[in-house]
Parts: sequence; C-alpha cells; structure tokens
Amino acid sequence: MGHQRLLSKIATNDKHGENSPYFDGWKAYDRNPFHPTKNPQGVIQMGLAENQLCFDLIEEWIRNNSKASICTPEGVHLFRDIANFQDYHGLPQFRKGVANFMSKARGGRVKYDPERILMSGGATGANELIMFCLADPADAFMVPTPYYPAFVRDLGWRTGVQLIPVHCDSSNNFKITREALEEAYREAKQNNINVKGLIITNPSNPLGTTLDKETLKSLVRFINEKNIHLVCDEIYAATAFTTPRFVSISEVMLEMECKKELIHIIYSLSKDMGLPGFRVGIVYSYNDDVVSCGRKMSSFGLVSSQTQHFLASLLSDEDFIDRYLEISKRRLAKRHSFFTKGLETVNIACLPSNSGLFCWMNLRRLLKEKTFEGEMKLWRVIINEVKLNVSPGSSFNCSEPGWFRVCFANMDDETVEVALKRIRAFVGRETNNGKRVELKRWKSINTNKLRLSFNSRRFDENVMSPHSPMPHSPLVRAT
Amino acid sequence: MGIEIEKPCVVELSNIAVSNTHGEDSPYFAGWKAYDDNPYDELTNPSGVIQMGLAENQVSFDLLEKYLEEHSEATTWGKGVRNSSFRDNALFQDYHGLHSFRAAMASFMEQIRGERAKFEPDRLVITAGATAANELLTFILANPGDALLVPTPYYPGFDRDLRWRTGVKIVPIHCDSSNNFQITPEALEGAYKEAESMNTKVRGVLITNPSNPLGATIERSVLEQILEFVTRKNIHLVSDEIYSGSVFSPSEFVSVAEILEARNYKDAERVHIVYSLSKDLGLPGFRVGTIYSYNDKVVTTARRMSSFTLISSQTQHLLASMLSDKDFTELYIRTNRERLRKRYEMIIEGLRSNGIECLKGNGGLFCWMNMSPLLEKATKEGELKLWNAIIHQVKLNISPGSSCHCSEPGWFRVCFANMSENTLQVALERIRNFVDKIRTHTLTAGSN
Repeated sequence: MGHQRLLSKIATNDKHGENSPYFDGWKAYDRNPFHPTKNPQGVIQMGLAENQLCFDLIEEWIRNNSKASICTPEGVHLFRDIANFQDYHGLPQFRKGVANFMSKARGGRVKYDPERILMSGGATGANELIMFCLADPADAFMVPTPYYPAFVRDLGWRTGVQLIPVHCDSSNNFKITREALEEAYREAKQNNINVKGLIITNPSNPLGTTLDKETLKSLVRFINEKNIHLVCDEIYAATAFTTPRFVSISEVMLEMECKKELIHIIYSLSKDMGLPGFRVGIVYSYNDDVVSCGRKMSSFGLVSSQTQHFLASLLSDEDFIDRYLEISKRRLAKRHSFFTKGLETVNIACLPSNSGLFCWMNLRRLLKEKTFEGEMKLWRVIINEVKLNVSPGSSFNCSEPGWFRVCFANMDDETVEVALKRIRAFVGRETNNGKRVELKRWKSINTNKLRLSFNSRRFDENVMSPHSPMPHSPLVRAT
Repeated sequence: MGIEIEKPCVVELSNIAVSNTHGEDSPYFAGWKAYDDNPYDELTNPSGVIQMGLAENQVSFDLLEKYLEEHSEATTWGKGVRNSSFRDNALFQDYHGLHSFRAAMASFMEQIRGERAKFEPDRLVITAGATAANELLTFILANPGDALLVPTPYYPGFDRDLRWRTGVKIVPIHCDSSNNFQITPEALEGAYKEAESMNTKVRGVLITNPSNPLGATIERSVLEQILEFVTRKNIHLVSDEIYSGSVFSPSEFVSVAEILEARNYKDAERVHIVYSLSKDLGLPGFRVGTIYSYNDKVVTTARRMSSFTLISSQTQHLLASMLSDKDFTELYIRTNRERLRKRYEMIIEGLRSNGIECLKGNGGLFCWMNMSPLLEKATKEGELKLWNAIIHQVKLNISPGSSCHCSEPGWFRVCFANMSENTLQVALERIRNFVDKIRTHTLTAGSN
C-alpha cells in the first residue's frame, strides 16, 4: 500500500537512533541475561546507567509513610483532589520538594525558586522541551564529546536541531578547552550553521567526572561573548561521591558576571534517586520567557499527579533526604572504589572519576588496531566471550578509540565480583596469549555479526548506544 | 544574586517559543480569569463564578475511592514493598509500558464498546495524556506545513496540540446546525479542496467521537462515509474516542474499531485511535493517554516517540490493578453512564424550562446549548457580547462556540459533570433569572 510515504519525514528518518549495530549488545543480554543462580553464565548488563543502591531506604520510608500514597486507607481521602489535578504549574508542594532536593544536592550552597521549576516526561522530555524553546529546525547546539548517545534523539529528532561536537580527548582528561569551543564554533559559522547554544552534562556521562569551577566559568564567559544559551544537564548531581565536590552552574552564577537569561538547568530523579519509571523530568530556567513558554509546553509531558503527591511527601522529609544523600554517596563511593581497584589488579585504568554511575574504562592497550574498527572488534569479544554488555566509546562520539563506559550501580555486590572475575580472566588471556591463539579466538567469533564494511565516522552520526532511557532492545517484545 | 551585565541582551528564543499558537493569549481566557478571581463555593462564596467551562468528570469518584479502600495492597506496592516490587516498578521505564497495564487498558476499551471490537495490548502505545497522544500522532503522520482536516466545532486545545510544535495546519470541515452538525461528504470534499487551493497537502482527518463540544456520537453511516473518504484520498484517520465511556446509552456509540473489525480490517492501516482515562474515569491528573494503531510502522514509531512522554510506572501499576478487575470496571462503566445521563437530563430540562434548547446529545460531560435567539446580532461579536454578560452578570464560565471554531454564532458548551447537583441547580437558577431579565427587557424595549 506504500505506507512508507504516508508517514512524515520525522517518522521515517533514523534520528530515533535505534538502527545502530550497538543493539547487538542488548540483544545478547536480552537473549541470555545473567542471573546469579539460574543463569550464572549469562551476559551481565553493564550498559545501563541505573542507580539501584538505595532502594531499601526508600522502601523503608514508604512503609512508614502510608499517607504519601493515595491508594492507602491513610491517604485515600486525598484521592479525588490529586486525581483531578492537571494544572501544568504542578503541585506546589512537589515543586517545593524538588527545589529543596536540588539545593541539598548542592550542599545548600544555592537555593532554587519553586516557581521556576517546570515538569517534563523525564530528562528525555526535558531536554527536548528546552530545545523547542531555544532553537529552530536546522539551528545547532554545541556538545562536548564524549556525550550521552541519546542526545541525538532527545535534542534533535523532532526539533530538527543539529549537534556540533566539541572535541575533548584524554590528553587533558577530556576537559573542555576554550580552544575546542572556539574551533567548533568557528567551523559551524563557516558552514553557515546558526549556533544557538552549548549543552553540557555535569557530572559528565560517560566520563563520571565533574567540571571544575574554572572550566565552568570559562564556559559562561564563552556563551556570554557569543550570546548563546547554556544548557546544563545536572541529572547526576547527587551521584558525586568524592572530592573534588560537585559545582553546579548555579553556584558559578553567584560568583561572576553573566547573562542569567541564557542559562538553563535540566534535572531528573531518575539517577540520583533511582526512579526512572516515575518520569520526573525538570527544566529550571533563569529566563522568564522560557519558564512561561516551557510551562505551556510541559502539557505534553506532565508528571502524574499521583507521583507528584508521593514525591512531595518524600522530598519534604528533610531528615530522610539528608540521610539518603549521605548514604547514597557512601555506597556509590564504595562501589566505585571496589570496582576500579578490581580493574587495577589487571592493569586496567579508568579515567579518575568522582561521580556518576559508571567508569570510563581505558582498554586502548587491548585494541588490535588503534581504530574504531578495532574498538568494535574488541567490543564484540567482550559481549560474546566475556559476556558483559558494556558501551563502546564510539557510541558516545568519543574521538579516541579504546574507551568503554561500564556501569556499576545497577547490580549487587556479588554480580560485581562475577564481572570483575570475568574481566580479569579475559585480560589475562589477552595479554598472556601469543598471536596464534588470538587468531584462533577471533575466528571463533560468529562473523555474521561483524559489520566491518562501514566507515565508523559515518555511523557515529546516527549512533545511539542503548543507554537509558531505553534499557531494552526495541526489537524485543516487552513481557 | 549574580552580578548582572547591564546591557540587555536579546538572545532569541525559537519561533515556536515566541509564537502564540499555544492559544493562551486568546480572549477566551477572560472567562477563566473571572473564575480564578472569584470562584464559586457553596458555603464560602455562593455568589462567585461557577465553573462550567471545564470538561471534568467528578460524578463517579466515590466508586474509585471505594475500590482503593478495598484493594489497598494491590494498588500500592503493598507487601511488594518488601519483595522488590517497588524496586522493579520504580526502575521500569521501558517504553512498551507495563504489559499488565496495556492488557488492562485494552480490556477496558473492549468493555466500553460492549466487546464489539478487540484491542491487542501490543498495539497500544502509552503517552502522558491525550494531549501528548494527539501531538505525537501528528508528528508521525504529517510534515510541517501539511494539514489535518478537523470537523467544526472542535476542542479548542487542538489548535495547540496538533499545530504548535509540529508546524502542521488545521483545515476545518464545516458543520452546522442544519443537520445537527453532522459531517457530510460535501463538507469533507470542501475542506480537502480548500487545503488544495492553499497548496497544502492533506495528511489525514481527525474526528472526536463522541464529539467535544457537541456531546453527541457520530452515526455509523457517517463513520463509513469518512472511512470511504480517507481511503479514496489515501490519507489517515485519527479517531479521538476519549469520551467513549461517557456515552449515556451503550448501544448508541459506534467506534471506528467496530467497523474495521466487521470488515476484517481492510484498509485499517490508515486508522489510529486515541484514548485516555481523563474523562471516563475522571483522572486527568494521572496523565494516562494511549494510541491504538492498526499500522505496524506507526505503532513502532509512536512507541519510540513516547519516550518523551511516558506514563509514570507508579500510575501504570495502580491502573493495571484497577482496570483488570472486570467486575469493578463493569460496575463503574454502568454506574458512570447512568449518573452522567441523569445529570444531562437535569440540565437539559432545566434549560428547556427557560426556553433554551440544546443539541440532542447522548454522551460526554457537557451539552451544546443554543442561545442564538438571545443574540442582539447574529455575529461572532454578538456572541462574545452575550458571553461577556454571562460571565460577569450571570457569573457562569461557559465556552462560546467561536472558541471551538463554530461557524454559527450563538452556541455555547456547558459542562455539567464537574460540580455537585446543588451547584448545578444554582447555575440553572441563575440562567433562569438572566433569561427572564432579557425577555422582560426586550418586551419593555419593544413596547416603546
């Protein structure tokens, strides 16, 4: 019937990002998921940046606070008012709770105005919303590499906005330099591309590092000079578990000259509180027009009033939140340390990091060729032989091959042990075996799965690693 | 706080941000403002403005509350809080949506249609409300600059939902009172030609059935004509059936799903149904919308796009539990219909006794009131003048037909399900007084 041409261009293009070969990792996991007792040889999921370390704290809180739910005898008297509440301003207590939480995650060094808090469908919805407010189709936003793969979809799919990479590399631990910014900006201008802003993720995904104050200040100076927007995705704010401490853009704004109306923050509870299912996306803008327009747009992705009500209660429990933040930090630090030390025993280094739910692992010395093809080959070995789903750096548009993002907060201690054991065994094999054995192993890989006839750079444009919020392969039926 | 640079900067926002296609700058918000400034309350503000512009269903909350009280464990995480069900639920962000939720929604939609149509859970895509569903479908079915044909009068929110961020246009299919505002093949053709004359590509027809603001279902023969039209033009059909569970008499609602099933789904790939629990269940705060499409590619793409607007897993869990209880849903659907019908009859009778007629309706949370005999001038301005009098003198916030793009002046949408019966009586009393005053005034004026 020729249905293809009956759908829109947006519907038929690839910017949803799911046609990338990286879904093989997910397929491998879905087909053969690890389970400590039922399937100890299965694939361990280390490609999912989820925070599963502190559910016990929230569960305990729920048991002790039954009025926070509109379904319990203690809370049902509020059912009809909550169920009826669809005001896109959001429940005042919810906004207050979020503002308070954001402030606490920054050590109380900044205060947030609940009137500037806008809701959206997770950070996914929030990132798209801010783009709709700030940029027109074909406008561009600069984004430092390596970056969260789903930005291609979130920032550009329906908005028509394009991404301009700002290249960072390991020579200085992937810091964003003024030179890199200027170069990206200059090149865009030469190509007649209208740059509307810069978007950063701080703490960084996939690096797991926070930006230092000097870098943040230089970013603010840059956007002030160029008169472009600065969007700061601070979704991992409360995952900063060790020094140097997390510095939010809000703090920097207190200390320097800046055009406030150019600065916008994206936030969510999906990482800091481990609640991705609740779809709590937040846009916080210092620009009144953006707040006004964004609020109207939030109609397309409001947070369920049931969830707003529950969180309003949870987040207003100051003692609980203080305790939660402290314990979460401690557990993340412990997990990070355990994992990175485990890697060190086989001389695998990670980028030194202080935040996030993952490590940026350096496997460059294991690459047969120092190319992205080499990285892909190594990656397929890790999936198919070591049976770990990790995310290759090229899916994050990293300019150097050989880096892999490995998530460590979405599993229990025992599973981390198993993962480390496998890595140690694999690295041992790789470094001890001679060339002959390596060839044999390579041949044993199912070569049907290898797709070598591509230019990895070209792929990078439409690539998206199956990173949250798409934990399951889209090709697999949900159960 | 920060040290601000003195020179004001004008960094542009997007065209979408500065446009007013969101629709909120319209004069119709005067009604809302009047209500917000002076809201009616039975006890504390009995002379305040009564809100009759809000299509909410508040007549059946007690049924839901009772259900929750009796099933508290199942609807919260209950005992599961200990056994990881909270954790699993909190982590669940799969854009397929909880299978149990989709199955429950599919079954609920089937019950509403008296089992005359089957819905497969795997074809249901979840979105945060029908607002998001309609926008999302528009992104998928049309390119910026293309058009959807929409029968008038229509829900004012469509101007924002279908057009604002998508850049898609609405071309009206003109309907009028000469045939009870039914959609005719001539009107369909007329709209299509109008789009063509503007060099605009038509991508589909979007109908609301039962209709908002008419409060009436679309007849089977008309649905068949619409299906024939979209098939002939090779375009899509979106049927927004958000009020399907609010039809007073179940046999009077024919869903496009039934017609498709009866003809073995021939040409069904162009049809997509929008549904939500905001009206039938009175849960607009929960943001529960769905798209049901017979087109595999639309389902896949819509599912991907729903990433921007998923339903909270906490809410999916609650509703999966509630809606899979078939005894409960049957009781709810039956009781809700009955109560709405009673309300409808009450308001119709009350208006008729004051000489005000309404379009014959059979569903929805509102009636379509004909006040054209009271207009000074049969124009849009005349309608707005009357409307202003109703807001400020009668102190009722109702919706003027022009806000719904009605081509005939004098019609008003009046909601009746978002208040107590007492308040409805007060409203009817005020209307009686107002109408009496006008008639007396006219008689007096005429006798000069």
